[in-house]
Amino acid sequence: MTTAQLEAPRPAEAPARTVVNDFAIQVATVNGSGSQSANTVLLRALFQMGIPVSGKNLFPSNIAGLPTWYTIRVSRQGWVARKKEVDLLVAMNGETARDDVAQLRPGAAVVYDAPLELESLRSDLTFYPVPFDDLVAPVSPDARLRKLLRNMVYVGVLAGLLRVEVAEVERALSRVFGKKQKALELNLRAVRAGFGHAAAIEKHDPYRVERMEATRGKIIIDGNAATALGALFAGVTVVPWYPITPSTSVVESLQGYLEQYRRTPDGQATFAVVQAEDELAAIGMVIGACWAGARAMTATSGPGISLMSEFAGLAYFAEVPAVIVNVQRIGPSTGLPTRTSQGDLLSTAFLSHGDTQHLLLFPGSVEECFTMTGQAFDLAERFQTPVFILSDLDLGMNNWMADPLPYPETPLDRGKVLSKADLDRLGGFARYRDSDGDGIGWRTLPGTDHPKAAYFTRGTGHDEQARYSERSDDFEKNMARLRRKLEGARPALPQPVLTGSGAKVGLLAHGSSDPALREALAQLRQEAGFGADYLRVRAWPFAAAVRDFVAAHDRVYVVEQDRDAQLLSLLRLDLDPALVARLRSVAHITGLPLDARSVTDEILAQEGS
Amino acid sequence: MAVATTATPRTNRLGLAILDYKGGKTTLCAGCGHNAISERILEAYFDLGIPPERVAKFSGIGCSSKTPAYFMSRSHSFNAVHGRMPAVATGALLANRSLHGVGVSGDGDTASIGIGQFINLIRRNVAMVYVVENNGVYGLTKGQFSATADPGSTLKSGEVADLPAIDICALALQLGASFVGRSFSGDKKQLSVLLKAAVAHGGTALLDVISPCVTFNDHQGSTRSYAFVKEHDEPLHELSFVPAFEEIDVDYDPGTTRQVTLHDGSHLRLKKLESDYDPSDRIRAMSRLMESARSGEVLTGMLFLDPTAPDLATRLGVVEAPLATLPPEQVRPSRAVLDAINESLR
Repeated sequence: MTTAQLEAPRPAEAPARTVVNDFAIQVATVNGSGSQSANTVLLRALFQMGIPVSGKNLFPSNIAGLPTWYTIRVSRQGWVARKKEVDLLVAMNGETARDDVAQLRPGAAVVYDAPLELESLRSDLTFYPVPFDDLVAPVSPDARLRKLLRNMVYVGVLAGLLRVEVAEVERALSRVFGKKQKALELNLRAVRAGFGHAAAIEKHDPYRVERMEATRGKIIIDGNAATALGALFAGVTVVPWYPITPSTSVVESLQGYLEQYRRTPDGQATFAVVQAEDELAAIGMVIGACWAGARAMTATSGPGISLMSEFAGLAYFAEVPAVIVNVQRIGPSTGLPTRTSQGDLLSTAFLSHGDTQHLLLFPGSVEECFTMTGQAFDLAERFQTPVFILSDLDLGMNNWMADPLPYPETPLDRGKVLSKADLDRLGGFARYRDSDGDGIGWRTLPGTDHPKAAYFTRGTGHDEQARYSERSDDFEKNMARLRRKLEGARPALPQPVLTGSGAKVGLLAHGSSDPALREALAQLRQEAGFGADYLRVRAWPFAAAVRDFVAAHDRVYVVEQDRDAQLLSLLRLDLDPALVARLRSVAHITGLPLDARSVTDEILAQEGS
Repeated sequence: MAVATTATPRTNRLGLAILDYKGGKTTLCAGCGHNAISERILEAYFDLGIPPERVAKFSGIGCSSKTPAYFMSRSHSFNAVHGRMPAVATGALLANRSLHGVGVSGDGDTASIGIGQFINLIRRNVAMVYVVENNGVYGLTKGQFSATADPGSTLKSGEVADLPAIDICALALQLGASFVGRSFSGDKKQLSVLLKAAVAHGGTALLDVISPCVTFNDHQGSTRSYAFVKEHDEPLHELSFVPAFEEIDVDYDPGTTRQVTLHDGSHLRLKKLESDYDPSDRIRAMSRLMESARSGEVLTGMLFLDPTAPDLATRLGVVEAPLATLPPEQVRPSRAVLDAINESLR
């Protein structure tokens, strides 16, 4: 059977209003039922039609059996944040179906498994019952396979209802199933069964897609894979880690890439990936490796960050580089392990006891997951200190459209390291002496063949020569230098990105809030005639431009995905009281990725309009 | 094998004097067993002619963990956090396989707070010497029991240890350790030989060295006092060491002496005392240790040795050249690779 033999469904009665390429589909299934492939196929088919899409997986902390939702947003304007309202629900899970239907806004449509009998629940929705069992029965005699294939039937039904081109669905299928010819054929038959069924549906909803040219040249990737690629092209060599959702796929992707691209012609590895016994060991190995001169990193999430606390202070105080990716999930404690959050901001910034501070990077897109991971290694070695990349579950585990990842154009910055030849010339060195006025001492690597190369690395008080010291003057001088060193990092870190100018009101956010913020700016302007400038901060300690932005606006809304306004709290530390008074908080933590509507409504409410 | 004494002006095969292996002045108590161990460690590297610059020292927290400051100042050293030295050493030695790693820990640092890291270091067989300076007591916090204190033994205050003791050597044997030795800080000759064998070993060489704490655990009622260990020391064999760079002599009697070839080509000779002991028999080693625990002996010597067990870096297939300093072209893939990856994501 070829595509030509299939006729596109022709709704008997087209609705008066049509909405093209601007809606959100939510698929409600059961975890472990194999819906991931179906959703990926749908997402890719739309992407291949040139239509901007984004996909978000809202999944439970469970292997199989609990409810899971996948949201696909189609947006001709290119908005990729979560859309608060669901326009088209695919209800496959009897356990949540009634609740899912109850939450829909009037006018939405529901594709559902016919035996669920949802049509009597509400009169303001369009209901499309689909006899999934009947449709999938002829596809395969194997009951276990049929359970998986039911998902491809809804792909076919949606493709028919929304006019997704079948050829693109087939292309997407080939991509997902690759060379598994049998699986490909079965899934294709399931899609066609759904597609055929849709042809007979009388369509009453306004949603459909049309081909565009907006995704040409783009790639689809999740933030964790982009982070892994960033590390690969930064020349990472030692990767100790401990599995924890949602960071696990950073290292699993990285290991795959390292195996493929980082073996010598005779098969030896130019890398070492070690699954550690816990996060304490993971960060300890990173610190040991970086001390010995390697580029090492680990990836973790909140509970792992807590465990790394003591070692993080050691690395700060002993001035050892380290790169730690924190793919944030919701705390406190085990929290909601599979839901997104920005709630580790403060705990990561000051991770460890005493006067400890760290450099933080805030990627706001998958492209930045790639570029900032590369930068993190340069910064860690330049400033001889841990650098934390604060990603989150939404950015890390969901698929995003992106421009192709750019090849790094700058050489690796390995920082201040003295060689044997340097030591021959200098006759010696003092590890913690500020010889260049930037607070950064010169270091040597173990194994350097010079009698004056060695120094003693310790977490105890030390003088310029790295000798044990409890003297007040040594301690004060050292701590002042450490502060100066991190102050000096401000201009070297990724600078904020400013959108707009001249408005009285400013919006300020970081990380994965960016897509919702950009859309909220447009909503505010279009719906309320409300103009605002927007500053996205990309690192901490903040750049000078952050203060300037606050000073240039009457009010600044600080939007973030946590309860306690942690980003705003960090700003307070930097700003005069007069400027602090200009800050307003829009802090949300729901477990769902930030959406523009919530931001817009909250700002307008606070503005009193 | 003769062991160099600190007073000899002789030089080693590199032309370095023993002074080139010295460290800073110790700040531990006079008579502390740890100071003797520091001396034996630096003599071992001196005798073996290993440049101090090729050695990396590691430690955790505690009296024992201070000692890397007191030997071999020309070696880099990393004094980490309490109980977590194994992770730091693992990372550093993966970053640079060519380093000779030596870790110094204590019974608290290894068997209490650090037992998880210790267990996994042994399982991974990271190529390094791992010395536990075992005195059964916390010194820096002034005399609390550690997890290796024998049940029934007492603190100075009269408090009696009532929990089972962790036998570090038995634990390591169960975990698949490739080198397990026990010695006594007061047994200069045995400790020297075991340290050299440990340096010559290609995986984790665990040496549990009973090292009495003269301040908090050297009294009547302690099983870690000088008097107790001297009285109950039960050496398995008489040991001698022939380094790889020395021509091997045939001056030993195979009837009374076993010879084991070590990872680096050196030889360890074990002359039997009361009975022959086979250090390649893990099960026998375990039961001998348990017998000695029951009888109150301090069993010392080369308990177990497998010179062929692959170390972590070998198992991971890591290149011989230090990962830390591979040139950029070896660690940053080409533009074509990124182009291909981008293409695959379209």
